[in-house]
Amino acid sequence: MAIDPRAKIEVEGLRLAYGHREAIRGVSFDVQANEILGIIGPAQSGKTSLLRCLNRTIDFVAGAHVTGTIRVDGEDVRRVRDVFDLRRRIGMVAPLPVGLPMSIYDNVAFAPRCAGITSRGELDGRVERCLRQAALWDEVKDRLGSLGTKLSGGQQQRLTIARALSHEPEILCLDEFSIAIDPVTTMRIEDVLRELKREVTIILVTNLTQQARRLADRTMFLMAGELVEIGPNAVVFSDAPAQRKTYEYISGLFG
Amino acid sequence: MRTDAQPRVAAGPDGRPPFAETAYGRRKLRQESAARAVFLAMTLLMVAPLVAIVAHLVVEAWPALSLEFLLDVPRNRMTEGGIWSALVGTIYLVAISLAVAAPIGVLAAVYLNEYAKDTWFNRIINLAVINLAGVPSIVHALFGLGAFVYAARFGFSVMAASLTLAIMTLPVIIASTREALAAVPTAFREACWNVGASRWQTIRGVVLPNSISGILTGIILQVSRAAGETAPVMFTGAVLYKAVERGSLFPYYLDDQCMALSMHLYVLTTQVPNVAHAIPYATAVVLLGSVLLVNAAAIGLRVWLRNRKRW
Amino acid sequence: MIREPITAPGPGRRHRRSFWSLLGEQAVEAAIRLSGISAIVFVLAIFFFIFREAAPVLFSEQFDPIEFLFSVQWYPTSAVDVRYGTLALTAGTAGVTLLAMALAVPFGLGAAIFVSEFCGPRVKETLKVVIELLAAIPSVVWGFVALTVLSRLMVEYTSAPVGVNMLNGGIILALMSVPIIVSIGEDALRAVPDSYREAAVAMGATRWQLVFRVLLPAARHGLLAAVLLGVGRAVGETMAVLMATGHAVHVPHGILDSVRTLTANIAAELGEAPAGSEHYRILFLTGIQLFAITFAVNLAADLVVRGTRRR
Repeated sequence: MAIDPRAKIEVEGLRLAYGHREAIRGVSFDVQANEILGIIGPAQSGKTSLLRCLNRTIDFVAGAHVTGTIRVDGEDVRRVRDVFDLRRRIGMVAPLPVGLPMSIYDNVAFAPRCAGITSRGELDGRVERCLRQAALWDEVKDRLGSLGTKLSGGQQQRLTIARALSHEPEILCLDEFSIAIDPVTTMRIEDVLRELKREVTIILVTNLTQQARRLADRTMFLMAGELVEIGPNAVVFSDAPAQRKTYEYISGLFG
Repeated sequence: MRTDAQPRVAAGPDGRPPFAETAYGRRKLRQESAARAVFLAMTLLMVAPLVAIVAHLVVEAWPALSLEFLLDVPRNRMTEGGIWSALVGTIYLVAISLAVAAPIGVLAAVYLNEYAKDTWFNRIINLAVINLAGVPSIVHALFGLGAFVYAARFGFSVMAASLTLAIMTLPVIIASTREALAAVPTAFREACWNVGASRWQTIRGVVLPNSISGILTGIILQVSRAAGETAPVMFTGAVLYKAVERGSLFPYYLDDQCMALSMHLYVLTTQVPNVAHAIPYATAVVLLGSVLLVNAAAIGLRVWLRNRKRW
Repeated sequence: MIREPITAPGPGRRHRRSFWSLLGEQAVEAAIRLSGISAIVFVLAIFFFIFREAAPVLFSEQFDPIEFLFSVQWYPTSAVDVRYGTLALTAGTAGVTLLAMALAVPFGLGAAIFVSEFCGPRVKETLKVVIELLAAIPSVVWGFVALTVLSRLMVEYTSAPVGVNMLNGGIILALMSVPIIVSIGEDALRAVPDSYREAAVAMGATRWQLVFRVLLPAARHGLLAAVLLGVGRAVGETMAVLMATGHAVHVPHGILDSVRTLTANIAAELGEAPAGSEHYRILFLTGIQLFAITFAVNLAADLVVRGTRRR
């Protein structure tokens, strides 16, 4: 498939193997700036691994072997000078909410501090802005000093999103963010994402096909580490997507 | 299955009320309490010695126990006086050995748990660390004698003895620190990496603050172990008797030989004739008391920190 | 809804960590790596230095490994006929250890069962603390108890001519290894899934039956590991057996005989053997022998525990 060289993210011939097990088998696609790309697919299809390759946390996995290239703004992620800066350009929200065992304030201020920001005023401003963006500010503004781990699951997930925004990323990746939270919170976060789209590029990995349909501009269907189809929602979720498998998956015939 | 053992909701065909006691039921009950009694007896037989020993030692030691006993030096061929020389020697040995072993051990555990990749070399190191924790103390004494006293030419000295103790405690500190580090969930680390924290920022920000209690408990327990050890210091730097000033805080130099409480107790019991009856008992009580106190402190710390667990 | 704009983060707005912060991180990481490597070096040094001291005699022509391992003649200081046969010492170690295990295993496992199955959480916490304190008692204090208290009881209540003998050492070693057996055994029993217990109780098993038909078979690997670690502790113990078992180097005929173990032998003779002499090197060789035994026992326990974890 044709890769647009002006895209925010370009992925070309990406392969990933854990030892002898291939998790991603040659995937190529691009992500345009300020779009929401939905990624759907059954378990073990390589969705989470793909995100790990993108922000290079795959480096921490023993025995993982990556080939192919991923470029962010035209720069190969495996050649970046400062990998921590790369990770700060990409916000990552994990499937299970992880409130770090420190205060709510410190949870959000952790990343800016790691980036070298020490001014109290700037940190305060960021913490408030990110918590507001994650629709959590009103609930926690009076207890910023209490432990992040003591929040409810839904609150912790929004805290995770606030933390992912705290280093002002250009790209935001969400990995099945709604599996641990209730539908009402999910809807609130979805609203937040629609707002954020104006500012950042969003990759939304989800196993709820309807969520991708609601939110995404384009959707990509991955299966067993292979890209089955990528296209505008109007095509992917139509009665006649390019691949028959896509139709079968979306209509619930399998998966 | 015996029919009378089955619970019935209404009166059975034999007209007896439901849940009536049966011979089988009574036997089961008896068996139940017998089992409890047997295992309780076994436990008590194990706990009783601790209480009995401590009580006996304290009773026999009572006439000699006083602040003066702690501060005075042994007198009249060690048959009278106190234990200051030995007490301060033990404090020296333990303090120096931990000052060496604790930082190296903790940092090494951080290295092994957070930095080292899973290679065959590191697996061998892990195996060595685990097994060295079980090596007899007399083998450590041999090592200290060969390595520090002779090979490194420290001679029989505080230095050689404390380094021997340090090497003895090192594998245990590494093992307990690793356990504490491994108890911090990986998800926390991944969350930090995802926001662009470096390895060290992750360790400092999340891993160490949440494992420090376990690390400290491990180190404190080594204080008591090092204080109680006899064999490793006996052949590397501790002596039968050394004249020091009463209550002196700095009686030994690093290249001096010193007295140690554990060895003093051994010497008093086996090699000194006509020692006043209560003195060895009092020495044992001081050694036992300080070791148990340190352990109790570690246990208290652990309980306190467990109650304010943060996730 | 919130409408907070994110100002577009261009490359120019990116923050940089200060020079000092980066330098500090480099320094700390260097210290961690250095400690990791040095700890590994220390651990390997133990093997190296003990071997180095023993090597000259091990590779000399007169040395006869068969005699060393299987002769009962140990006359290291004889003027006419020096013999270094360690079988009597090995037999002493084996005898005392077996006796200790015969006492410690039933009581230790019984107490483990009581702690894990028969008591409420409060009693359980208390007992675990007591067990931990019992484990913390220094071996020289145990030796002191053996010499003063137990040996008097020995003479009074048995036909033993002297109070320091194999039985005395066995009892002391049993008391010393019980805490390990209890704590590891309790871990093993706790690892048995509750569904096993529920299923057994649902079928009407008494607790007695539950323990013997369900728990012991299910936890057998972990319990075996507990016993092995107890053996490891007993084999390696030095000061307590040195003070409790007497000093006769011979193969014991009964439990009231005096014996000497491998560990006690090193502790008793190392002080008298001139550095570099044949006797001195032979003692290092028995250290290696001891090291090999405890290493094998601990490794076996480690493998058994790993085996259970994998299943």
